[in-house]
Amino acid sequence: MSDNDNDIVKDFLIESYENLDRLDRELVGLEKDPSDAAALASVFRTIHTIKGTCGFLGFSKLEAVAHVGENLLTRLRDRLLTLNPEITTALLSMVDAVRQMLSSIEAGGQEGERNDSVLIATLTRLQRPTELPAKKEPALVAGSPREASPSSLGAILIKTAGVAVTEVEFAAKAQKEGDPRHLGEILVERGAAKPADIVDALRIQQSSRAQTTASDSTVRVNVGLLDKVMNLVGELVLARNQVLQFASGMKDASFTAASQRLSQITTELQAGVMKTRMQPIGNIWDQYPRTVRDVAFACGKDVKIEMEGRETELDKTIIEAIKDPLTHLVRNSVDHGIELPEDRVRWGKDRTGRLILRAFHEGGQVNIEISDDGAGLNVERIYQKAVERGVITAEKATRMTEREIFNLIFLPGFSTAEKVTNVSGRGVGMDVVKTNVEKIGGTVDIQSTLGVGTTVRVKIPLTLAIIPALVVTSGGDRYAIPQVSLLELVRLDAEEVGKGIELVHGAPVYRLRDRLLPLVYLNRELKLAADARPPAERDGAVNIVVLQADSRPFGLVVDHINDTEEIVVKPLRTQLKAVKIFAGSSIMGDGRVALILDVLGLAQYSGVVTETRDRPLTAKATKAAAAGKHSFLLFVGPGDSRMAIPLSTLARLEEFPMAQVEMSGSQWVTQYRGQILPLIRLSGVLEERRNHLRAPQAPATLDSGPIQVLVLHHDGLSFGLVVERILDIVEDRAEVRSPATRAAVLYSSVIGDRITEVLDVPAILRSADSNAARPLPGRESTEVAN
Amino acid sequence: MAQTSQFCTFYLDKLLFGVELKGVQEVIRSLDMTRVPLAPAVVSGLINLRGQIVTAVDLRRRLELSPSPPGALSMNVVVRSEDGSVSLLVDEIGDVVEVDETTFEPPPETLRGSVRAMILGVHKLHDHLLHVLDIEEACRMTDVPETAVTGR
Repeated sequence: MSDNDNDIVKDFLIESYENLDRLDRELVGLEKDPSDAAALASVFRTIHTIKGTCGFLGFSKLEAVAHVGENLLTRLRDRLLTLNPEITTALLSMVDAVRQMLSSIEAGGQEGERNDSVLIATLTRLQRPTELPAKKEPALVAGSPREASPSSLGAILIKTAGVAVTEVEFAAKAQKEGDPRHLGEILVERGAAKPADIVDALRIQQSSRAQTTASDSTVRVNVGLLDKVMNLVGELVLARNQVLQFASGMKDASFTAASQRLSQITTELQAGVMKTRMQPIGNIWDQYPRTVRDVAFACGKDVKIEMEGRETELDKTIIEAIKDPLTHLVRNSVDHGIELPEDRVRWGKDRTGRLILRAFHEGGQVNIEISDDGAGLNVERIYQKAVERGVITAEKATRMTEREIFNLIFLPGFSTAEKVTNVSGRGVGMDVVKTNVEKIGGTVDIQSTLGVGTTVRVKIPLTLAIIPALVVTSGGDRYAIPQVSLLELVRLDAEEVGKGIELVHGAPVYRLRDRLLPLVYLNRELKLAADARPPAERDGAVNIVVLQADSRPFGLVVDHINDTEEIVVKPLRTQLKAVKIFAGSSIMGDGRVALILDVLGLAQYSGVVTETRDRPLTAKATKAAAAGKHSFLLFVGPGDSRMAIPLSTLARLEEFPMAQVEMSGSQWVTQYRGQILPLIRLSGVLEERRNHLRAPQAPATLDSGPIQVLVLHHDGLSFGLVVERILDIVEDRAEVRSPATRAAVLYSSVIGDRITEVLDVPAILRSADSNAARPLPGRESTEVAN
Repeated sequence: MAQTSQFCTFYLDKLLFGVELKGVQEVIRSLDMTRVPLAPAVVSGLINLRGQIVTAVDLRRRLELSPSPPGALSMNVVVRSEDGSVSLLVDEIGDVVEVDETTFEPPPETLRGSVRAMILGVHKLHDHLLHVLDIEEACRMTDVPETAVTGR
């Protein structure tokens, strides 16, 4: 095949693929509303074009399939048949067959070995019932190719003005035989049509032509070329930034004006080029009506799909990346979310399930929501499955919030479907959805109410190439922080620093609106010199960049906050990617390179976000203090006794796997935030009353589950208190008190309707402290303390 | 006639090294560099090579030679590696030399350690030895244990 032919085939393929995608959508739409003449006409046109082109290119099998399809469509168009699900299904399988052939042509230049006789027979059979009255129509189509298109004047006249088919045929024949007049003129002259009808028909024809020629105003551009232009614009942005920096140092007014003009044009150019890469999300949504129809059909369900914000635009690379995850979510909603029609009716819902796709912009990100009004997620079932599959331990699961449990379905190898259907399990699990979305810097979240429905929200960045960033200085170097993770900026003047920043056992925190914000010093994390600025420039002030990683806020202390800037992201060399703190690099206005911080990586590196459970307590505590009540943390201590400590003495709750616990002498210790945390076993400190209940103190073995630890601070030292089980945080006045019956207990009280021992934290720490100095705690020491 | 090959030569701590000329993209004077905290020590930093960001490797450190004297400006020999361009920092640029296959000898057995993997051999020039570097090996930058990045 010559190059020229190859080009034609390539164009044919590209055009046909696009048209086929539209076909899917239009056919499903037609099924809902069979009277939509415009959609039918468009379907017909597409198939006709494919048939014509493949006849020309010599793809005979393809032509044969398209031909019978076209015949069937002719009947439909001429209202000799009405679309029913059977016909729709047949037409859709024809579209699939065409698509398969196109892809084998794309791969090997041939249609491939295939037998479409069954499909052809079906399509032929479906047009039969009304064959007799339709005798004349095909003759018109076959006999005069110029009139084959539904936009032909003759066809319009027949349809709208009731002009006899024979008259049109006659006129067309006359034209062919050399009559120079227009079709309309011939008809008017013969008295077959009124001039007004002709004018109307011409108008209809024009408007339908306008639709087909919309493609004339667009140009196909190779994505590679677009990428290259995009890169060049990136370079231009950098050069522009450099020029601006020069300009600010020069006093030449005309140069300043020229550079401002340059800046403005560059910004517009950048926006324009970005736009060329943007595609409406509708492009990928278009296939969903078909997907939903097929899945619903297979499951015997009735589902209606609704779309909002299909014009929302996204960068092409991102669209490509989210296509599969979204398709999976849509399939999932229909397959697992929406109930069978009879069940829906029984629960008082509309027979037809609703699947709603929404897309909208929010804060520089695109939100995509897939909602259904189905059964919702069953917390109990997920929890059971998770425990059954060993994804989490039963004990751990009881302490998870509902939302945490929902998010378990994103773990690998998790499916709550009672049975595996042929719809689900096509290689993309929910874990792959999550991974793919996170790969492009997005997040997935799931919300659900049992019996009411489920919403999956995917948040993704608009584009990956150019991002707004905050530029900061630390240790003399600049770093860029992506604006997405930025919450706010806090500046503490020199005199405020002393009382503003407090230490929680050496760990610096800042009270931001009455909540403790852990502080991370960038220069310490990066192992840089403290402040590289000359002393004159230092003012003793502290700049805190409040960031959010994994929905946990933390403060990043930097030397100086420079400015916000649009930066062009350049990937780091693969070997440097091992340094998780950096997401990439960029060239700044002065031509130097700056590193882009990876906020999540930084948070993980500095321990703000850890793998162990880590619940902030502050919100609950502040609420209680206002009510004049005390907050207590309830837990189960040794011997199954119910105990509490005042919440104010507690720093955090932690959970450590036994594997992380080490022995230092006889003392249990663990590594916690870069320090050694002594762990105190309550059973070693408390005087035991119920000796008969208690098994000999067996040290926990490595394979036993994780231990629950209350991290306490006292006199500038941290201790971990090992308890059996954490129950709850309660607010209580604890008014009923009775004196303590054993050491290390402040008093007993009725908290939450049950007798609870409130522990004397300082006493416990003192006891443990003295134990730590001596080799063995255990029973002797408690007796001494006693 | 014996086969000849061309080398771009440079000096490190007064030793003469060379990389095959066809692997060299360009040689440029010292450029502004941005250090990469927590990166392996052989990574000197990142440079902006006309809009392309290139990692610079401290070749003295890579070859376990003494560190360059403070304040000395290094030259950049930008080479093409499998993973994009990398700049090798050297003390001084020498000539492009054309050498004969016959003058080549593999490194002596007494040369050991990680450096051995980098030095393919030497060409015996009439007054000194030209150390031939393996570009891919020289560009490797993950193997310095003392600053290896570990979580805490």
